Amino acid sequence: MSSPVATRKSPPPTEEVERPKKSLLSALLTRPEIGSVAAAIAIFIFFFVIAEPFRTLPALSTVLYASSSIGIVAVGVALLMIGGEFDLSAGVSVVTAALTASMFSFQLTANLWVGVLVSLVVMLAVGFVNGYLVVKTGIPSFLITLGTFFMLGGINLGVTKLVTGTVATQNVADMDGFASARAVFASEFVVGGVTVRVTVLWWIFFVALATWILLRTRLGNWIFAAGGNAASARAVGVPVNKVKIGLFMGVALMCWFYGMHTLFAFNTVQSGQGVGNEFLYIIAAVVGGCLLTGGYGSAIGAAVGAFIFGMTTQGIVFAGWDPSWFKFFLGAMLLLAVVLNLYVKNYALNRRS
Amino acid sequence: MTDTIVEHADRTLEVGTPLVEMTGVGKAYGAIRALEGIDLTVNAGEVTCVLGDNGAGKSTLIKIISGLHPHTEGTLKVDGQEVHFGSPRESLDHGIATVYQDLAVVGLMEVWRNFFLGSEIRKGRYPLAPMDIKGMREIADAELRKMGIAVKDINQPIGTLSGGQRQCVAIARAVYFGARVLILDEPTAALGVKQSGVVLKYTAAARDAGLGVVFITHNPHHAYMVGDHFIILKLGRRVLDRKRSEVTLEELTAEMAGGQELEELSHELKR
Repeated sequence: MSSPVATRKSPPPTEEVERPKKSLLSALLTRPEIGSVAAAIAIFIFFFVIAEPFRTLPALSTVLYASSSIGIVAVGVALLMIGGEFDLSAGVSVVTAALTASMFSFQLTANLWVGVLVSLVVMLAVGFVNGYLVVKTGIPSFLITLGTFFMLGGINLGVTKLVTGTVATQNVADMDGFASARAVFASEFVVGGVTVRVTVLWWIFFVALATWILLRTRLGNWIFAAGGNAASARAVGVPVNKVKIGLFMGVALMCWFYGMHTLFAFNTVQSGQGVGNEFLYIIAAVVGGCLLTGGYGSAIGAAVGAFIFGMTTQGIVFAGWDPSWFKFFLGAMLLLAVVLNLYVKNYALNRRS
Repeated sequence: MTDTIVEHADRTLEVGTPLVEMTGVGKAYGAIRALEGIDLTVNAGEVTCVLGDNGAGKSTLIKIISGLHPHTEGTLKVDGQEVHFGSPRESLDHGIATVYQDLAVVGLMEVWRNFFLGSEIRKGRYPLAPMDIKGMREIADAELRKMGIAVKDINQPIGTLSGGQRQCVAIARAVYFGARVLILDEPTAALGVKQSGVVLKYTAAARDAGLGVVFITHNPHHAYMVGDHFIILKLGRRVLDRKRSEVTLEELTAEMAGGQELEELSHELKR
């Protein structure tokens, strides 16, 4: 072959590449959670100083319970957002899950665990449909799940009315399996005089599991890649479509879990609930450092985002303020977080070697 | 720089063996025919250059070989076996790796994660088995050092590397994972002169190690530096197909610039 480019062995690297230890500050600043952790500490100190009842351990337990009520689904939503997609149907999905389990068991007088499992299957199917439509049509998940959001909301109201004749389901407290299901999904126990709700433990477990998946497994690599650059990931053999469908099903799974909690904590389900919560999940994830465009974020960040939510809802009550201001505060937090995240992302990418 | 390639190249490759053969391949998107009647052979140890202007069908050609879009006409053979790829994974499993100009890597992910993306080393075969992160870091680090790519920190997002370095990481990755056919999509398009040189040298190194290379470009100068065989596409058809010995850089440049059309245009614009 006559080629003008002679391929010689390249000279050995003349100088050892210098690898200075990253400064701690620089390492910290590139973590997606950093903004939310700073905000969480500030908010904690704020309420600690301003609201006396906030300083007690029972108050912390209440805050953690409120946090877990958003945090569990937010874990799934955070993974989905890192994978580059959205789910607006998550709020009403929680109610769909609870309604399905409750009505199925009640109408067939079956053990509640049957309803719980049927609900699981239904929810996974909902997640699958969301994901399948998104990857097959290429339509932004915002629009697809906006559609399913309204559809599920309508089904919740319509089917409940058809089956029960009212807007709520019957009380399931005296049915078979209630005690054991309640133990799993909605029990509480006392540690050192403080009542802890079991959802807090589940929440921590899910966050730990999601963090493990994201940072330590191949699937985590694929999630980041699917959100960061789907075309590129596809080109090196990552099954991007399967990953995304799986992520939608993951959100549905978390919705199912939290739906079961609401069912067994309150015994009946109001069919019109859940609307608006999807935004709380998204806010928790974004405040925790997830980029709206995908490819960046963390489950721990989403947990901190949910914790900020819990502290604020309860803190405002403890401080004796008008809770009407809560939404204003939430919106302001979101704006701040987005600006901060933009800065962090740019910092991470401009950290020239 | 050649260490990595020689080490990982398939030793059974013999120069001149046809690896990929396309006969009469075409692709229609609905009523639009993006590509038709393409004959192309990729031999081991040779660089086949595919040149063409925007919209000439270069991307469609790559997508067919790399499994992103299956062809609708003609036959595609790999190692003498007729194939019809349904996904990039199938193409990769046949030893065909594609390095795209703009989507070679995931910018926000660490260098080592990018290096092993899609081929992660795991410590077990069960779902959610942990990855061998330490091992992957070490391998990626060693491979990049061999290439002379100075990465300060293997954990930094790959978006912090220069364009040429990113291309080289992508090429090195393809070769490390046993690619026998390397498809380079406009590898030099977005690069400066010096960085283009690095990528071209690396392309030549891959060729010398016995890989079959498909080099897609619209720069005849770059193509002529490494190519053994030149194909020019225009509006989805092949307008030139020559071996290196049968064509000069001037002819190539003229043909690329529009050939006959350009002459007419210069005549028309004559002052």
